Amino acid sequence: MFLQDKDRIFTNLYGLHDSGLDAAKKRGAWNATKDILAMGPDWIISQVKDSGLRGRGGAGFPTGLKWSFMPKEMKDRPHYLVVNADESEPGTCKDRDIMRHDPHLLIEGCLVASFAMKANACYIYLRGEYVDERIALQRAVDEAYAAGLIGDNACGSGYKFDLYLHHGAGAYICGEETALLESLEGKKGQPRLKPPFPAGAGLYGCPTTVNNVESIAAAPTIIRRGAAWFKGFGRDNNAGTKVFCISGHVNRPCNVEETMSIPLRDLIEKHAGGVRGGWENLKAVIPGGSSVPLLPKQICDDVLMDFDALRDVKSGLGTAAVIVMDQSTDVVRAISRISYFYKHESCGQCTPCREGTGWMWRVLERMADGDAEMREIDKLLDVAGQVEGHTICALGDAAAWPVQGLIRHFRGEIEERINSYRSDRPHVVQSGAMAAAE
Amino acid sequence: MASRKPAKDQPASFAWTPDNKAWCDAQRMKYPEGRQASCVIPFLWRGQKQEGWVSIPMMEEIARELSMPYIRVYEVATFYSMFNLAPAGEFFIQVCGTTPCMLRGSKELNAVCERHIGEQHHVSGDGKFSWAEVECLGACVNAPMVQISTKEGDHYYEDLTPEILEDMIAKMKRGEKVKIGTAHPDRHSSDPAGANTTLLDASLYDGSRAAPIMELPNSAPKAPAE
Repeated sequence: MFLQDKDRIFTNLYGLHDSGLDAAKKRGAWNATKDILAMGPDWIISQVKDSGLRGRGGAGFPTGLKWSFMPKEMKDRPHYLVVNADESEPGTCKDRDIMRHDPHLLIEGCLVASFAMKANACYIYLRGEYVDERIALQRAVDEAYAAGLIGDNACGSGYKFDLYLHHGAGAYICGEETALLESLEGKKGQPRLKPPFPAGAGLYGCPTTVNNVESIAAAPTIIRRGAAWFKGFGRDNNAGTKVFCISGHVNRPCNVEETMSIPLRDLIEKHAGGVRGGWENLKAVIPGGSSVPLLPKQICDDVLMDFDALRDVKSGLGTAAVIVMDQSTDVVRAISRISYFYKHESCGQCTPCREGTGWMWRVLERMADGDAEMREIDKLLDVAGQVEGHTICALGDAAAWPVQGLIRHFRGEIEERINSYRSDRPHVVQSGAMAAAE
Repeated sequence: MASRKPAKDQPASFAWTPDNKAWCDAQRMKYPEGRQASCVIPFLWRGQKQEGWVSIPMMEEIARELSMPYIRVYEVATFYSMFNLAPAGEFFIQVCGTTPCMLRGSKELNAVCERHIGEQHHVSGDGKFSWAEVECLGACVNAPMVQISTKEGDHYYEDLTPEILEDMIAKMKRGEKVKIGTAHPDRHSSDPAGANTTLLDASLYDGSRAAPIMELPNSAPKAPAE
C-alpha cells in the first residue's frame, strides 16, 4: 500500500511550487502554530513521543524522548536547539530539498521544538557546499521574521525566538552531533567524548539538543494532524512517513516521501522506474546511505524499508538513501570507493579510525584488482572488527560496516578475482603457492 | 584524513573590502557575547570569496579580529576541505566522485576535466580553470554532478554526461552563461525524469490545507482545565 498524496508532509519536495511564505501557508505550514504553542511544552513533547517519530538523520533515536532529556527549567544557562543540516552521507539528499523547497516547514519546526525545550535560540548548521540552499533558507527566515512568525513575539505567543543559519566548510564528520557543536564553536570538527551529553553540556557548554532537518520539519505537521495519524503509517516502532533518496542504477532516480516499512522492491519499481535492465539485473542495494552494509538481490526481493526489518538482515535504515547497483557493477570497487570516502573524512582523532580507514581502503583497492592473498580477506574482516566500536564516534563503525557487508555477501567474488588475477600471471601463482604453504 | 598544506607563495597582506568588513561585523551579532570564535568558518569562507583562496595573512587577520590564537585559525583552515590553501581557477570545478556518482559515470567527468584542464588542483594556463574530485556533495539522485565555484557563487550542475560537461567548459571559456541545476530535459530538480508518481493531488495546493483548525488533535482533555 503506497502513501497517498493527502498524507504527505513535504508537499513541495520537488520545488514545482513557490517556496515563499504565502504559498507555504496555503499548503498548510504555519497553520495553528500559535495554538500549538499555547498547549505548552509538555503537551508538545508528549505528542511527538506518542507519534513514534524516530530521528531521521540515521541513528533513529526517538525524537520526543530526546527532547525530554533537556532540563525542565532554564536555570543559569540558556538552552539551544541545533538543527543538523550537514547532510553529507553518500546517497542522501533529502534535507537539501526540504531547505530549498519547503523551508517554512523547517522554520516552523524549529520554533515548535525550541519552545518545547525552552530554547530561545536555534542554529541551523548547513554543510558548506549547500550555498544556494543557504540563500534560499535565509530568504525564508527573513520572511518569517518580517511576518512576526519568529522573533521577539513569535506568532504572537509572547515567546522570544531567534533563528540563525551557520555553515561548515566541507567535513562529513560535522554531521556527528558533538563534532557539529565543536565546529559551530569555531573549532576543528572533532567529536567530543561522551558523557557529558549535549542535553547536559552542548553548545557553549549549555543544554543543547541536536536534531536532523527532516525530524524537525515533520514535527508541526505531526502535531497538527495528530500522533495517531502519523503512527498509522509503517509497522510498530517504525512509524510514519519518510523521504527516501533512490540513486544509482535505476531508470528514474528521485527523492520521494513514502510510508515507512514499504517493501524495497515496491519503492524502487513504483517511484524510480525500476532497476536498469529489470529487477533480475539487480546485484545489490545499499539501503540506508553509505554507512550501512549492502544487501544482495535475494534479500532485496522482499525486505521492508524500516529500522527493524533492515536491522534483522544485518543492515540498517540509516538515512533511507537507497543506492542501487545492477549486475554491471564492480561491487568491490564500489565499496572501495566508500572506504576511500571514510579515509578522506576521518577526523584523525582516534587511532583505529585514522589508520584503519586508510588501511582498509588500500587493501580493498588491491582486492578489486585481485592483487591480494586469500588470507587477507579474513585479515580485512579482523581489522574492520578492530575499528568498529573502538572510536569516540560512529565514523569508525560506519567505515567498518560496508566492508563487513561486502565480505559477508560477496566473499566469493573477491576470491574469484584473486584466483583469476593469478591464473594470468604465472610468477604470481608461485608466490601465492608459497604463501599457502606457510 | 586528508593532509593539506598552505601554498609556498603567500601575499604580503590581507584586508577586507568595506562591504565584507560590514558583513563580518553583522555576523558577530549571531553569536552570544564572548563566543565570536564561532565566526571563524564564515569569515574564512568570505575571505576565500574575496581573494579566491585562503592565505596565511588572511588567517592572521581573522585571528586578530576574533581574538583567537593564530594556530586555532590555521587548524580550522587546514581541517575543512572547502578552503583552498592555494589559488584556484576562476572556475573551480568540483566533480563528486563518491559511489552514487561513480555508479553513474563520474569517472568519465574526471576524464573530461583532465583532457580540457589538466591535472587535478592545477590551474590552467589562462588562469580560468582548475578542478578536483571531491567527496559526496549531496545531490545523489541527480548523479553524476559537479559544483562550480566562482567569485559570484557556488552552483550545482546535475545529471551530467561527458558531452554536457564539455559543452559547459566551452561555454565558460567563451564567457557564456551555463544553466544551473539539472541538465536533464525531463527533470525539474530531484523529481523522477518524466511523469511524477507523487504530489499530483491538486487539493494540496488549493488552499484547503490552510483552513482554520478548530481543535488540535488530542488537545481536548486539557482544554477544560484552563
